[in-house]
Amino acid sequence: MGEGADARFNSTLREAFGSTPFILTKFDQFMNWVRGSSMFMLQFGIACCSIEMIHTYAIKHDLDRFGAGIPRASPRQADVIVVPGTIVSKFAPRMKRVYDQMPEPKFVVSMGSCTISGGPFQEGYNVVKGAEEVIPVDIHVPGCPPRPEALVYGVAKLQERIANGESSPVTVKPYELEQFGDLERDELVEHLADEIDEDDLVMRYNWNDSP
Amino acid sequence: MSLEKPSSPTEIGVTEDGLDYDALAELLGGHVIDRESHVNAEGFVVRPDEVQAVLSTLKTEAGFDHLANLTAQEYDDRYESIYHLRKYDDPTQELSIVVPSPKDDPHNQSAARIYDTADWHEREAYDLVGIDYDDHPDLRRILLPETWQGHPLSQDYDQNQPQIVTLRENANPLQDDQRSEDDPDTMFVNIGPHHPATHGVLHVKTVLDGEQVADIDPDIGYLHRCEEQMCQQGTYRHQIMPYPDRWDYVSAGMLNEWAYARAAEDLADIEVPEYAQVIRTMSAELSRIAAHMLALGTFALDVFGDFTAIFQYAFRDREVVMNILEDISGQRLMFNYFRLGGVAWDLPEPRDEFFEKIRDFLDDLPYKLEEYHDLITGNEIFQMRCVDTGVLTPEKAKSYGATGPVARGSGVDYDLRRDDPYGYYDELDWNVVTETGCDNFSRVLVRMREVEESARIIEQCVDLLEQWPEDDREIQANVPRTLRPEPDEEIYRAVEGAKGELGIYIRSDGTDKPARFKIRSPCFSNLQTLPEMSQGEYIPDMIASLGSLDIVLGEVDR
Repeated sequence: MGEGADARFNSTLREAFGSTPFILTKFDQFMNWVRGSSMFMLQFGIACCSIEMIHTYAIKHDLDRFGAGIPRASPRQADVIVVPGTIVSKFAPRMKRVYDQMPEPKFVVSMGSCTISGGPFQEGYNVVKGAEEVIPVDIHVPGCPPRPEALVYGVAKLQERIANGESSPVTVKPYELEQFGDLERDELVEHLADEIDEDDLVMRYNWNDSP
Repeated sequence: MSLEKPSSPTEIGVTEDGLDYDALAELLGGHVIDRESHVNAEGFVVRPDEVQAVLSTLKTEAGFDHLANLTAQEYDDRYESIYHLRKYDDPTQELSIVVPSPKDDPHNQSAARIYDTADWHEREAYDLVGIDYDDHPDLRRILLPETWQGHPLSQDYDQNQPQIVTLRENANPLQDDQRSEDDPDTMFVNIGPHHPATHGVLHVKTVLDGEQVADIDPDIGYLHRCEEQMCQQGTYRHQIMPYPDRWDYVSAGMLNEWAYARAAEDLADIEVPEYAQVIRTMSAELSRIAAHMLALGTFALDVFGDFTAIFQYAFRDREVVMNILEDISGQRLMFNYFRLGGVAWDLPEPRDEFFEKIRDFLDDLPYKLEEYHDLITGNEIFQMRCVDTGVLTPEKAKSYGATGPVARGSGVDYDLRRDDPYGYYDELDWNVVTETGCDNFSRVLVRMREVEESARIIEQCVDLLEQWPEDDREIQANVPRTLRPEPDEEIYRAVEGAKGELGIYIRSDGTDKPARFKIRSPCFSNLQTLPEMSQGEYIPDMIASLGSLDIVLGEVDR
């Protein structure tokens, strides 16, 4: 910033740096800070929580204030996926596919009780008991549904974690997408062998093993 | 007066004080092998191979043009399908056709040839209960994945058995040459289940001929969260009420709760105090405004494709309604405010402030609506996309069982608030809105005008509540702690939800939980009309039609 620089460059931040225009930091730390400060969210609606999620993006709560407000329709342009709703057996493989299409590094905010445990529908014959059964989750926002303020708080917490370079451990062994031919041959697999091709992608649910 | 309807020509079995079931039984002659008495109507038991003959006689000769619902269930000794029939002209004239089929090989004739709507209803019955419908055009699973083992609402289903679900349809649609084999000029386009224009997790398989839709197949079930099972596991008194909020979850919770409240109250013979009815009416109409605002906002999003003005305005206005609903119920979205026999608690204190808040909202509403009309209905681009596209004729609307704004946009004058009165509606002055354009534009217009009518209803309720004597504010009737309706009572009751006729069938078995709980979702029937509307239209018109149907997947899939 040499002489004659425009007055608008002389921000408070600039003043805080003092006489030197340089900051010394590690590149990784810098990148983490950048990532946390500008997040592209995936426009992804599932159930009731997506209504509150839209309210979080819209007037009044305005998630954009926190540098995380642009919903992207394509997973290839997004780096945060908010999972807003109950995941059922038919949808889980699709969600996995959407998640797989997002470029690294990517982060997951699970919104609402359904994505934690299945919530009020936990005992349903068709309900996957939490988003973590399928994809790793960074932040859980509880509630049924969580208020927009709660989601804003969750996103702020995620930004904090990203800036600190933390990532989430996978706490359970998730349901995976596999080729049908790779499944262990048991009664069910034998039974379906006529209907499903060897190289079709499938997800096998062992409801008994679910937490 | 606005609440009266022109009377229809005399039909068989219609008398001054309701239906004469004997005359109807006579019309059907030997087809009726037994008669049952349900709380809402009589049931005629017919043989499984005579379903088509019976239904077509009833439709053409007795005027039962509305197949409201199909309930399938399994008893210890038999399977049973119940066709709930009523009339668009007068929905209080109801008749149930009960079709038993044997336990070891449940079969009965399909009704899909008589009523288009039976197509999906029978597929659902096959999927969840396991009854086969002969002569059905396309009997395959609808809610569960095609590779699912067993029928979850049948008696011997083991919920813990492993399942395998494929990802076939989700393969990259452009991987292979997607021109269809038998007609190389067409092309397959896969829309959803993750797509911004499908209002949630709907999957639409579309075949295009050039830019026009040649064939379309909505694939649902991506949000089938076992609502019926959940309700069958809960006790009547408190455990079921939270679930209706989650069927149609766009703030229409109060309306859905009323559907359950109405069915269960009629089943258990509970009188609701008048004061509670007024509160119910007011909060339900607030819900309707919030739901229609969302419909409007997302429709504009579909047609204009932007997240800017209209969408944001609609959500700004929803926030105001949601704040009021939060004041009433303590929750923004999942109210759980109704109780059997009344409501959870009285209006918030200080009451003056609360009423002031509602009046402020109602005062602003005309200006806001005018703004929407400027932005939406007056917009030339919008008109080009919506006028005369997605046409649904009244005859088709009836045959598909369409209700709510979708039917009223096709000129079908059907609104349960007036035709099958409940709550406080018949004491108030308001109009049923219909439009005769039958296109996307009419359906949007109906919603916008309904918001005005809802505002009128709310205003009258506020006036009533303000003057209600303080010592007469009874919010809850005396209801036993554990509710055990008489065994083997059956009831089908519906209310006018935000999307149309939201009905519930309950069968009691003497315990404190329902033996069968079936939800008749308006969106489920309305969505069926999509192929009818979009055949031959351009693909953006199809998206507009989908938006104008205003479906909520939580209610479609349940």
